[in-house]
Amino acid sequence: MTYLAKPKLHHPTLPKNKVGFTRRDYEGKVSTLCAGCGHDSISAALIQAFWELDILPHRVAKLSGIGCSSKTPDYFLGNSHGFNTVHGRMPSVLTGANLANRDLIYLGVSGDGDSASIGLGQFAHVMRRGVNMTYILENNGVYGLTKGQFSATADKGSKAKRGQVNAEEPVDTVSLALIMGATFVARSFSGDKQQLIPLVKAAIAHTGAAFIDVISPCVAFNNHPGSTKSYDYVREHNEAVNRLDFWPNREAINVEYNEGDIISVPQHDGSVINLRKTHPDYDPTDRVKALEYVAHHAAKGEVVTGLLYLSADSEDLHAHLNTVEMPFNKLSEKELCPGAGVLEKINAALR
Amino acid sequence: MATKAIQSVNAFVVKFANVNGSGSASANELFAKAILRMGVPVSPRNIFPSNIQGLPTWYEVRVSESGWLGRRGGVDLMVAMNPQTWDQDVKEVDPGGYLFYDNTKALPKAKFREDINVVGLPLTEIVNQAYTDARQRQLFKNIIYVGALSALLDVDPLVIAELIGEQYKGKEALLKPNLNALQLGRTYALEHLKCPLGIRVRPLKGEANRVGDKIFIEGNAAAALGCVYGGATVCAWYPITPSSSLAEAFQKYCSKLRMDKETGRNKFAIIQGEDELASVGIAVGAGWNGARAFTATSGPGISLMQEFIGLAYFAEIPLVIIDVQRGGPSTGMPTRTQQSDVIKCAYASHGDTKHVLLFPEDPYECFEMAAQCLDLAERLQTPVFLMTDLDIGMNQRLTKPLVWDDSRRYDRGKVMTAEMLDAGKEFGRYLDVDGDGIPFRTYPGTHPSKGGYFTRGTSKNAYAAYSEAGPDYKYNMQRLLKKFETAKTLVPKPVLNASKEPARFGAIYYGSTSPAMAEALDALARQGIYVNALRIRSFPFQDEIFDFVASHSKVFVVEQNRDAQLKTLLVNDAGINPASLISVLHYDGTPITARYITEEITQVVAALNVRPLVKKDKAA
Repeated sequence: MTYLAKPKLHHPTLPKNKVGFTRRDYEGKVSTLCAGCGHDSISAALIQAFWELDILPHRVAKLSGIGCSSKTPDYFLGNSHGFNTVHGRMPSVLTGANLANRDLIYLGVSGDGDSASIGLGQFAHVMRRGVNMTYILENNGVYGLTKGQFSATADKGSKAKRGQVNAEEPVDTVSLALIMGATFVARSFSGDKQQLIPLVKAAIAHTGAAFIDVISPCVAFNNHPGSTKSYDYVREHNEAVNRLDFWPNREAINVEYNEGDIISVPQHDGSVINLRKTHPDYDPTDRVKALEYVAHHAAKGEVVTGLLYLSADSEDLHAHLNTVEMPFNKLSEKELCPGAGVLEKINAALR
Repeated sequence: MATKAIQSVNAFVVKFANVNGSGSASANELFAKAILRMGVPVSPRNIFPSNIQGLPTWYEVRVSESGWLGRRGGVDLMVAMNPQTWDQDVKEVDPGGYLFYDNTKALPKAKFREDINVVGLPLTEIVNQAYTDARQRQLFKNIIYVGALSALLDVDPLVIAELIGEQYKGKEALLKPNLNALQLGRTYALEHLKCPLGIRVRPLKGEANRVGDKIFIEGNAAAALGCVYGGATVCAWYPITPSSSLAEAFQKYCSKLRMDKETGRNKFAIIQGEDELASVGIAVGAGWNGARAFTATSGPGISLMQEFIGLAYFAEIPLVIIDVQRGGPSTGMPTRTQQSDVIKCAYASHGDTKHVLLFPEDPYECFEMAAQCLDLAERLQTPVFLMTDLDIGMNQRLTKPLVWDDSRRYDRGKVMTAEMLDAGKEFGRYLDVDGDGIPFRTYPGTHPSKGGYFTRGTSKNAYAAYSEAGPDYKYNMQRLLKKFETAKTLVPKPVLNASKEPARFGAIYYGSTSPAMAEALDALARQGIYVNALRIRSFPFQDEIFDFVASHSKVFVVEQNRDAQLKTLLVNDAGINPASLISVLHYDGTPITARYITEEITQVVAALNVRPLVKKDKAA
């Protein structure tokens, strides 16, 4: 029922952000997902993050693949352009869109079937290219729209709703993103807004490929005992390595920290990401150790969450390609066409 | 010799039989270019294996003062440098033709033919005496035979020397040994062989020069230049023969022509995708966001792109796909030519789809049509295919100089701007406001509160909202048909090649068949078989094509595939009566020849028991 519009009349006292928008202006159509779906919590977190960052909604382009998660871009940022592409291929479309106009903010929304099964290749390659984007993987370990088949992120030994036990090894998208060279890698839980919203904000501020795997339970098909992607399981096994605070534009930091508990990582746009360590031994700037840590804890059945890796000196695809500042879609004949005179010379050299 | 030796000036075929990776390609090209510089048109064709080193490769040079640039068929002089293919190569020489070979080691008499003229030169002996290094021996062997051929065929050695000079400008260390090798071969031939042969080159100077201001370029390079001139900023591709050199040429031209002089930064982005799916996806994303984008591929790549092509069709996103066709199906004949992707591209993807196709005949049209495809894709907001092939794409062809009019403006299509939205213009992403089936689009990020929409591959209403309602779905599907009708008014029209005499036969052809067809029509006319010919340049088909078929008793449809794909389209899409169409099909992977077309049409005409209007005993 995505064609049902929400009422446009809002309460006049709703607070506005610095660009003059209320939180409602960042909403989209009414969700058609099941009541209690983790994905809706993620949409809410995205709305909150964009509102808090004072980003003009229409300067965001939302791209997705196919599946329950990929439907969600219709449910937030209703005035932004969105593109529901084909199954598993959102990364390539996002890459092309990003090349065409480097001035917009790119948000990729995908699911575990979309990114870890049919789209594993494109997932890997978009990370290694360093496309400037925030890539949210709404991970529930199950195919929802086709009613409950295991996905490739389902843990070995995890039980399906009908009792079947998964015998195959899971694809860990966080480890894969680390290996492929993503410069911002996080894992979170749809049920933990306090953790998720700052992570989304930091990912948006990050220049380069930012990836957040969000465990997002499927209430219809994967929220039962025996599942490792249920609300209960994730709550019980969540091992947050840090808590993140995000300060845009180097605003005065007004939180008291104990010395030694904090890691500050400045970002290209001038903002600062501060990480409060909850595990004193975890260093989020060490990619290799991050991989080891995640694998070590996964073996114990624990879900490691938080900002797992952050590169301070990241670059994006446009830097690799040395492209001009002006978005390609604003270039005209004047900038692009070498003209008849040059063609004459080319002809002459071909005789 | 029982058979008279072939005597022909400026009209013959030389075929070089070589081993892949032996450095023969540049020597052979040197030979062809030298004849061009003498004012005589040539058209060389590489017939090469899917291999880097060791397998047989051929280079066929058509020399034609009349300017026939297609393959003629047959060989007048075989330069047999590959023992692996000796028997086959010797067999291919026309009776009375010539065989040039390395006679360092004597060959049994049975290895030759009685009815051809054998010219032996101890190549190996000469190089072994002159050079000690193995690689030098290999490379200079090629230049030595070019030197010998210059004497045997009267090719001006000064012209060859001039070309070598241009090639090694700034690399003087390489210049001198190459010139020496050239002289070595030439001197030996002049001293030991009867020079020139019955076939030879005569320079055409001044008014007689038949090359004129024409240029010599591969179709892939010309198409790449067309993309540069046409304003493509994003190229995403995956390496595949025979299209790889197109993306590489785009890279080469862009790095020269598209760098911002002040900042040193690029006004282009080229991504080598992880596969064809990613490549086309990148082009779709860029097109959606308002940049001009293309991908270049071949048949197997088109197969992989099907899903995205359907998305671009149904979501109405500008997309240019250049298909440099090769022999299929499956991996097929990767290094051989065919026109066998016509149906697949016309109806690519699942569901009801139809796509715009353009068929260039040569590098000139590759340039022109590549730029035009970029305009059409944005005007029509749909995938547009440039249907070239290996024969055009990977062979240097003598072609008209490329032309660009500086007053030409890119057609960016119907794009609604923030100003238009603020002025209160109604925006419905899939709303047919002008009756041409083409809706307006907005670029992402245009306006804070108006013109935003959600693009999807699912069905939707005229305002881009998700809808499974039958009338909404049908509205869009009918509008897409209307848009396809509009396309007919925008795509290049067919070109009529009318017979000098009244003709009851017609012929339809397209793409790389063009030069062989022109020659065949001339040969047929000389036999008294008059044929009006129509070169189709695009799909959808315009009324002119229907009228052309209707005004002839039979129409030959000449194509380079097994299944008569264009004929199928004519019947299926233009509703042409199949009984009026006769297929002439050539699909062994080599470019179609003038002789083949002539013979096929002659046979059919004879079988139809139609008396030629004028009877002459003149062979083609």
